[in-house]
Amino acid sequence: MESTKRTYVSKLVHELKPSGIRRFFDLAAGMEGVISLGVGEPDFVTPWHIREAAISSLEQGYTSYTPNAGLLELREEIAYYMKTQFNVSYSPTDEIIVTVGASSAIDIALRTILDPGDEVIVVEPCFVSYVPMVELAGGVAVQVQALKENDFKILPDQIEAVITEKTKAIMICSPNNPTGTMLSKSELEGLAQLANKYDFLVIADEIYAELAYDEEYTSMAAIDGMLERTILVSGFSKGFAMTGWRLGFVCAPVEISSAMLKVHQYGLMCASTMSQYAAIEALKNGRPDVEEMVKSYRRRRNYIVQSFNEIGLECHEPGGAFYAFPSVQSTGLTSQEFAERLLLQEGVAVVPGDVFGESGEGHIRCSYASSLEQLQEAIKRIKRFIDSLE
Amino acid sequence: MRLNEKELEIVEILEKDARTATGDIAKMVGLSVEETEQSIKKLEENKVIVRYISIVDWTKVEEHPGVRAMIDVKVTPKRGVGFDEIAERIYRFDEVNSVYLMSGTYDLSIIVEGKSMNEVANFVSQKLSTLDSVISTTTHFILKKYKHDGIIFEPDNKDKRIVVSP
Ligand SMILES: Cc1ncc(COP(=O)(O)O)c(C=O)c1O
Repeated sequence: MESTKRTYVSKLVHELKPSGIRRFFDLAAGMEGVISLGVGEPDFVTPWHIREAAISSLEQGYTSYTPNAGLLELREEIAYYMKTQFNVSYSPTDEIIVTVGASSAIDIALRTILDPGDEVIVVEPCFVSYVPMVELAGGVAVQVQALKENDFKILPDQIEAVITEKTKAIMICSPNNPTGTMLSKSELEGLAQLANKYDFLVIADEIYAELAYDEEYTSMAAIDGMLERTILVSGFSKGFAMTGWRLGFVCAPVEISSAMLKVHQYGLMCASTMSQYAAIEALKNGRPDVEEMVKSYRRRRNYIVQSFNEIGLECHEPGGAFYAFPSVQSTGLTSQEFAERLLLQEGVAVVPGDVFGESGEGHIRCSYASSLEQLQEAIKRIKRFIDSLE
Repeated sequence: MRLNEKELEIVEILEKDARTATGDIAKMVGLSVEETEQSIKKLEENKVIVRYISIVDWTKVEEHPGVRAMIDVKVTPKRGVGFDEIAERIYRFDEVNSVYLMSGTYDLSIIVEGKSMNEVANFVSQKLSTLDSVISTTTHFILKKYKHDGIIFEPDNKDKRIVVSP
């Protein structure tokens, strides 16, 4: 019998582009003495008292499943935390789901709301997973570009221009990965107006909400009339330095939450039990740690932004997260060229801006979640690299 | 002295690393180099910053003689001056690094430094125990320093993160 080899991978997955970050990881991982500004996570280890809470839960034998939505005690702590820190009210019994990182929160949100062909407006530059996750959920990602000349803030007009009958939701992230840009209350209100006018949802990725350095943080759900239209995604990875615990949560009105719980329940059952015990401790007693970390990031942000500008890479001041997003246009190189040559020549790893979307081209993402000594050395090497181009 | 926000930041930075360059501090707190220099000078003049010292791990220095002992001392307080007089008698000895008045089963806790165990033992038997008010002493030698004044001596600083991540 004649046979052509059968392909087992679905067409959808087959056609997904691998993340552009992967290539840089492979390049950098094979090199010695690399200083990495390419890391998208805190340089702090999880505070000891939080780790200790997880150890203690293991010692006491809490090794079984939790309820699908997560331990009630944790959901109560999350409700209290969201109310006191961000002034948004969610019911712990039916509007909060504890997830496997913000990642799985975004995933269940999209799979819950999308019918095939529904459109989700994705604001770029953005976290590399948004577009693939929309596509995997059967939706169509409609990309709009936040531009450098607008401080990487999307304008309502740009959004209005791409709204169609199929627009189900918009995804925003503030403070943003990779630009660090934070949206003000009035800017959020502008987006809220559109959501109300055209009746769509906002998936607000607020994973960096704790890391706001200049202005007080405003949650999308805290904007008048937006509690009903917002799916609020957050978690412990960034603010509490808990990336490896894989713990996040999603808050939404009960109609959406109960539907998301079905997806979560069948797909994941529940988040890791020991991580949930750690998170209870983080919310109960972790405030001073967060404040210390924020202080330390703020200093490093000030340092790196000023240093980039001094060595000739124009850099706007990011209001949050731990990323600086300087422009490399003055060098005449594309972001890929700049990043690759910098890595090979000087052993500094950064992430080229175009992997986060078209409007990131001409920039590089530099995480300043590294020690001051490392940042100093990185700046020295980047300067030497730029000088060598002339 | 009441510190403003920037001064407080400067003190915190210097307390962690007294050798941070003034230019770097200026960038971190958002002041000019001159302003930062002036603030530091003011902090020094007002003795908010008392001194810049190094934390040394002497065990790394080969053949460096040196032992530390913590000694619990029971004493009879004196009418009128309480423990202060005997505390002063003790802290005046060069060998004595610290003296604390304690609650609990003994009265004074003192830290003594010497070149060798012998030297410390001699100090205790010849100088300390022979003081009139001293009733008894219990000497504990420090074998290894793990953490001192908030500083961990051999921290595990390895960066355990993957080099590039989203
Ligand atoms: C914008 C954004 N959203 C979500 C995530 C994923 O976070 P988690 O570790 O909670 O899954 C990241 C992590 O880099 C991120 O930058």
